[in-house]
Amino acid sequence: MSWIKDIVDPKSRKWEEFYRNRNQCDKVVRSTHGVNCTGGCSWNVHVKDGIVGWELQATDYPPLEEGLPPYEPRGCQRGISFSWYLYSPLRVKYPYLRGVLTDLWRAAKARHNDPVAAWAAIVEDEASRKSYQRARGKGGFRRSSWEEVEEIIAASTVYTIKKYGADRLVGFSPIPAMSMLSFAGGSRFMQLLGGANLSFYDWYCDLPNASPEIWGEQTDVAESADWYNSKYIAVMGSNVNVTRTPDAHFLAEARHNGAKVTVLSPDFSVTSKHADWWIPAHAGQDGAFWMAVNHVILSEFHHGAKTPYFMDYLKRYSDTPFLIQLEQRDGAYTPGRLAQAGSLERYAGEDNADFKYLVFDAPSGQPRMPLGTLGFRWQKKKGEWNLQMQDGQDGSPIDPALSLLESHDEVLQVAFDDFADGKTVRRGVPVRYLETAQGRVPVATVFDLLMAQFGVGRGLQGDYPKSYDAETSAYTPAWQEKYTGIDRANVVQFAREWAATAEKTQGKCSIIIGAGINHWYHANLTYRAGIVSLMLCGCVGKNGGGLNHYVGQEKLAPVAPWATIMGAMDWVKPPRFQNAPSYHYVHSDQWRYERTADEVKINPAARRSPITEGHTIDHQIRAVRNGWLPFYPQFDRSPSEAVKQAVAAGAKDNQAIVDWTVKQLAEKKMKFAVEDPDAPENWPRMWIIWRGNALMSSAKGHEYFLKHYLGTHTNTIAPETAADSVKDVVWRDQGPEGKLDLVVDINFRMDTSALYSDIVLPTATWYEKDDLNSTDMHSFIHPLQAAVPPCWEARSDWDIFKGLAKKVSELAETHLPEPVRDIVAVPLAHDTPAEMAQPTIKDWSKGECEPIPGKTMPNFVVVERDYKNLYNRFISFGPAARQNGIGAHGLSWSIEDFYDELLQTRPTVQWGGQEYPALSEAKDAANVILHLAPETNGEAAYRAYQAEEVKVGLPLADLAEKSRNVRTRFSDLDRQPRRLLNSPCWSGLTENGRAYSAYCLNVERLVPWRTLTGRQHFYLDHESYIAFGEHLPTYKPKPDPSVLQDFVATREQGKSIMLNYLTPHGKWSIHSTYGDNHRMLTLSRGCHPFWLNDRDAAEIGVADNDWVEVYNDHGVVVTRAIVSSRLPRGIAFLYHSPERTVGVPKSPLRGNRRGGGHNSLNRIRLKPNLMVGGYGQFTYGWNYWGPTGANRDTFILVRRLDGEPQW
Amino acid sequence: MNIRAQIATVFHLDKCIGCHTCSIACKNLWTDRKGAEYMWWNNVETKPGTGYPTRWEDQEQYRGGWERVGSQLRLKMGGRGGTLGKIFHNPSLPTMDDYYEPFTFKYDDLTNAPAGDDQPTARPVSMVSGKPMKIEAGPNWDDDLSGSTVYAANDPGVVQLSEEEQQQLFAIEKMVFFHLPRICNHCLNAGCVAACPSGAIYKRGEDGIVLVDQDKCRGWRMCVSGCPYKKTYYGWSTGKSEKCILCYPRQEAGEAPACFHSCVGRIRYLGVLLYDADRIEATAMQEDGELAAAQREMILDPFDPQVQREAARCGIAEEVLAAAQASPVYKFVKQWGIALPLHPEFRTLPMLFYVPPLLPVLSVESQGTQKLADDFFTTLERARLPIRYLAGLFAGGNEEEVKAVYRRLIAVRIQRRQQGVGDQSEAEAARAREIAGLSAEQVEAIYRMTALTSIKERIVIPPMLRDRAVEAGTDPEAYRQEMGFGRRQAPKRRW
Repeated sequence: MSWIKDIVDPKSRKWEEFYRNRNQCDKVVRSTHGVNCTGGCSWNVHVKDGIVGWELQATDYPPLEEGLPPYEPRGCQRGISFSWYLYSPLRVKYPYLRGVLTDLWRAAKARHNDPVAAWAAIVEDEASRKSYQRARGKGGFRRSSWEEVEEIIAASTVYTIKKYGADRLVGFSPIPAMSMLSFAGGSRFMQLLGGANLSFYDWYCDLPNASPEIWGEQTDVAESADWYNSKYIAVMGSNVNVTRTPDAHFLAEARHNGAKVTVLSPDFSVTSKHADWWIPAHAGQDGAFWMAVNHVILSEFHHGAKTPYFMDYLKRYSDTPFLIQLEQRDGAYTPGRLAQAGSLERYAGEDNADFKYLVFDAPSGQPRMPLGTLGFRWQKKKGEWNLQMQDGQDGSPIDPALSLLESHDEVLQVAFDDFADGKTVRRGVPVRYLETAQGRVPVATVFDLLMAQFGVGRGLQGDYPKSYDAETSAYTPAWQEKYTGIDRANVVQFAREWAATAEKTQGKCSIIIGAGINHWYHANLTYRAGIVSLMLCGCVGKNGGGLNHYVGQEKLAPVAPWATIMGAMDWVKPPRFQNAPSYHYVHSDQWRYERTADEVKINPAARRSPITEGHTIDHQIRAVRNGWLPFYPQFDRSPSEAVKQAVAAGAKDNQAIVDWTVKQLAEKKMKFAVEDPDAPENWPRMWIIWRGNALMSSAKGHEYFLKHYLGTHTNTIAPETAADSVKDVVWRDQGPEGKLDLVVDINFRMDTSALYSDIVLPTATWYEKDDLNSTDMHSFIHPLQAAVPPCWEARSDWDIFKGLAKKVSELAETHLPEPVRDIVAVPLAHDTPAEMAQPTIKDWSKGECEPIPGKTMPNFVVVERDYKNLYNRFISFGPAARQNGIGAHGLSWSIEDFYDELLQTRPTVQWGGQEYPALSEAKDAANVILHLAPETNGEAAYRAYQAEEVKVGLPLADLAEKSRNVRTRFSDLDRQPRRLLNSPCWSGLTENGRAYSAYCLNVERLVPWRTLTGRQHFYLDHESYIAFGEHLPTYKPKPDPSVLQDFVATREQGKSIMLNYLTPHGKWSIHSTYGDNHRMLTLSRGCHPFWLNDRDAAEIGVADNDWVEVYNDHGVVVTRAIVSSRLPRGIAFLYHSPERTVGVPKSPLRGNRRGGGHNSLNRIRLKPNLMVGGYGQFTYGWNYWGPTGANRDTFILVRRLDGEPQW
Repeated sequence: MNIRAQIATVFHLDKCIGCHTCSIACKNLWTDRKGAEYMWWNNVETKPGTGYPTRWEDQEQYRGGWERVGSQLRLKMGGRGGTLGKIFHNPSLPTMDDYYEPFTFKYDDLTNAPAGDDQPTARPVSMVSGKPMKIEAGPNWDDDLSGSTVYAANDPGVVQLSEEEQQQLFAIEKMVFFHLPRICNHCLNAGCVAACPSGAIYKRGEDGIVLVDQDKCRGWRMCVSGCPYKKTYYGWSTGKSEKCILCYPRQEAGEAPACFHSCVGRIRYLGVLLYDADRIEATAMQEDGELAAAQREMILDPFDPQVQREAARCGIAEEVLAAAQASPVYKFVKQWGIALPLHPEFRTLPMLFYVPPLLPVLSVESQGTQKLADDFFTTLERARLPIRYLAGLFAGGNEEEVKAVYRRLIAVRIQRRQQGVGDQSEAEAARAREIAGLSAEQVEAIYRMTALTSIKERIVIPPMLRDRAVEAGTDPEAYRQEMGFGRRQAPKRRW
């Protein structure tokens, strides 16, 4: 064969330079992508001729311990296509202002010198206000200048503060971990103003409520390298290979290392191909599978074999030995509240005795009060909040009885709810009696209640199943078949393999779980069902074990100093942090579209009571009144106006102002805004959106946003149905449209939110600014860096907000020259003594108790705003940080010396006769954070552990001893990714290259979980949970489509089929980012297609790539179909999250208007029992607790679009 | 012996997640230009599926690769005489429809649309004509069983299965797919080189990389036809053909090719193989089912002193020999025998080898309930994909070749399970090794290479000896002094 060319003939091979030249570049800059993907990958951006050419992954992660695969390369198809955006025609290059508003503004400015007066002239004229609102989203942008748009925004800000109150300003930016400083710039600006920042983790339905329920923790998970330590991996609701692309290799590699991989997924997902067992359980029914698995594990491993490892683990680390009081109701006993130590004579005098709980000590046969429970956390004497099994009174050792089966006083018949069949069963449970101040009370261990709940008979009387084959008895392997479609034999085998692996490996079984589960209405129950199997088998707090929930890039590693800067708490606190699900449910008026009767069917309760009854909006109002959830605006008037009124009424000091406020509320002379959200004075007025797509990809009920927030065209046809169901809320017959005066979007690409905003500000891309990025998928911290300066007129987010702050300060010279006092309402907060505020639910507004701020109602704090110095404060790290220290999760420590070091070694600013560490540039702020965070400063870690030692009373500081001299600067992160240090702000341990796994700190160092018992909770002791029947792990069926109100007004048009509408995360975008990118569109189908099963498609005459209309009451989507046997019948996918802006035709069904996006077909629906607060782990934290934006229980109709699509 | 060094590659399909990061790494660097938009030197396909260009495997349609005619090997498209005859009309050439019409969107309409009474949208337009179009094809159109009844069902490999097997493949009990990334195979017996009427295509002597000389190419497109993998592409704007260059500029700088570097599934391995070029033709003449083994056979042992002596005689540098000894590809293909060539029956002797994927056990459906096979791990007997299908892809239909690989992959998992958990007995692990024909040490080595290796161990680039290469034509010092001066000039275009 003659084609081999040996001779290096300089002439014939010279052309090879052609490709060499392309490859040569001038510099390589490390950056990453600030997108909510959890990747947090280190990238090298290649710059040639001053232009970003392409990117490739960095491969220089420091290795972890021997025997773990390395983290390289990390970075996916989406990330590698980012460079396309920089110079694309989608780029926002200049500030844009809608033409209608431009004309109005320039005309008003011609009449009014003062910008605030000009703005007032526009928005106070109803016709002019409507004219630009109706133009939203309909083209007509004009190029503006920074000066002009900054002036409008500042004028609107000042106008709103003066006219309605600062809490009518709202900011939304999601997922700070993806670019911490860019987030912090906006939130700092907003909090210095007194505006509200909206949460995102719960709104995105990323928050797994089961995590705070069980662990008192927002979320903590293993880094992906730890999957490799696992020996049995169950993947469910998570398409790891698609959505965790950079880390998927650990799953494949774990398999070659001897792990068994099982994947529960209704469709053959890309991850299913890595399964030994692909378990095609029906969509949303994973909970039934796990409940049956738990039935088998409890039967065979806990009752049968009494597996020592499992039993020992449960005693030490879970609430299973704790005693629950049984209450008699309707002739049967039901599980009630945790037995309180204070009810026993022996312990009645203890500090916080009602928040210390009891177990039975097996050797003595006596109830005992172990350390580590809630009361120990908040008592005066420190150092007893730990998991040593010792009596809190005398330190004597306790050997708790898991079960009272061998030592009971009696077996009582206890009622258990079976929501699947809508019935109650009675089962024998062994009890002991406690002699309490209230009399003789029967108590059972959580363990025995679990056995009964799961139907493990143990020879006891009652309605227990006889065998695994009992089909009508809840939670047997046979029972689950009708929900999951999976054979009982597989469930039994799975359970045995799972538990046997855990026993042999001491807990190396793990669940990887994601949005595919978490977006269901009853996701908290499904999660719990899985977590139960982990806890039963001793898998939590173990390398290779535990629940790995990857939904959203929630882990912001250097959280303590960052939070201080982000919330402007170095100047003023508390901040106004609002949970977005409640905010949008109320303000975008989605509550107006649901009926109580339907909601009751969606969330069946064990019993009807004042706790469970009523319309969700009324639950929401109660949650605000009781201080369970925040709500902004707070009152029916400006909060600074309220202060003025208090002062006018004679209030001399801040306490008097608070007292006056409480009195006004109690006498109903002042109302919470949430009680009358449609009154014009209670509307949000100005919204700034940055780093997110708030009007499309995260706008659940998008069409309602368009209608009620924006006042522009909408494709919803849903009728309002709430009028007859609501009680506490003021019902206004006319739902307001166009609540917002001004919508500002900060963006680098013209996405749907930008398109629908009044003002679009051009921002720097992730290759044009400095910032920080961290994720839970790995244990490193990365920089974003400017490979090139911001292109065209773009500015970094930090600089944009700095500029706005300056403009506001300028206008404040005239309009708000003096400091302004503002009263801030804040909810009862997790990780504070408010966890003991409301052990029972009482409503002061109904006279059931006194209104006491911070106890029975929200707390109120009077603060002072300095608008004239807003800019100065923005760029200065304020003195309150030095004075108060920093912290997280109820832990805080002093930073005085570090603060002073910053003054000595870093840039400073001076004003008003004082000098402060500078936050002028994002990089300055990054260095302040890195210098103060325990995760990047070893001395700070050491100090934080010392503070934790005081609380816990056990040695911990040794965990930071070896890294005390580590100091990390921004420039170090440029050199090489740096691994995070051990820190008490997090529960995993990383020393010596150990893979991070959640709760290892708790298991190995006996630091309590932040829950009622300090242990992991199987049993959720809360009045509301008991009332809703979710106190024990349970199964609630998927809501029936007939109650979802998706088709009240919609009639089937043409040949249509109804399908359950799912929006999983897909392959060609990260949320909406990249989905409009030419690379991704080319490699997919040039659109965001609608996936359905081939036989379902055949029924309605749809062939692959046909145009279809997908519709229900909420709106309509027009796109092309993918017909695939990969999907089972009955479900449809529209991968999260399309833009309406790219290739979307018009919809004949809805008046030939432009089709919508995936959120055009849904509406937010809140689960009321997730609104509770003020007790144990059920207390509010921003992005930590509260109802989530569940959206998966939605149905649609789909039909073929006839003829050619119209554009 | 005529010993040659070839940079060869392995794709571990069990690890592939089908993410296409590789494709974009390549696109960004090499084919993001007018006329090259539709080219994907690296693409990833879903199997079963028809791929890109559609049904490329069907040589009855495309006439790529070689066939045996008596005792001769002949290009399937015809000998040199035949190709010249087709210069102006080549019916087996893929058309734009077989690839796809590249498209984009009128993105700037979003910013520039005048005020109206509805929302603007960016319409799809052709990158060829600039006109609005309906998008009906793409380079990854059948991704993850998209349009399974149209595409997966018409996979040439599926079509060869029995009617029953075909039906079952799309029922939940056997439903399955996997991904097949493809680049140029840099074949030993390359069809494209043989087909080029201009002599513009050559195989580099030092590393076996196959290149289209952009000065010499006259755009006859015979290479497009001659390559059975359809991995050369005609640039419709430049009038030249182009193909994967295995990122020789990156390799010359000691860097992995972009698609290898960016492979986030860590599936890609690269290293030197030594082979005897005198045996190319004899090897390519073997029976279909023997080709995979024959190809393995012609790879030489770099640890064999005789091979080393011969290699030195043939001008293989010591450093290259050392790289061949460290080559992961040698281990996968030759020592462990777990990587197989793609469609060896095309007889081009491709130098890209694939480790086939492990897939979930099958299930049985009964009245709406699925019962999975009760095997602990994936098994050979109850795997979801018919072995026949895989044998058609990787072994010229020889099922034994494929089974042998699976037995080895399964033995690795059993041994590691035995060591890491202990619920499989040592006797079971020993039995699995015996069936697989592997030692415990080999199993350990396979495991380490599969799971633990860093990029420098996965991708072992031989020193490209640029100093010596440059010296053949220019004094390297002068080269250094002058390099980069002058204006970049693209090769002359034909039109």
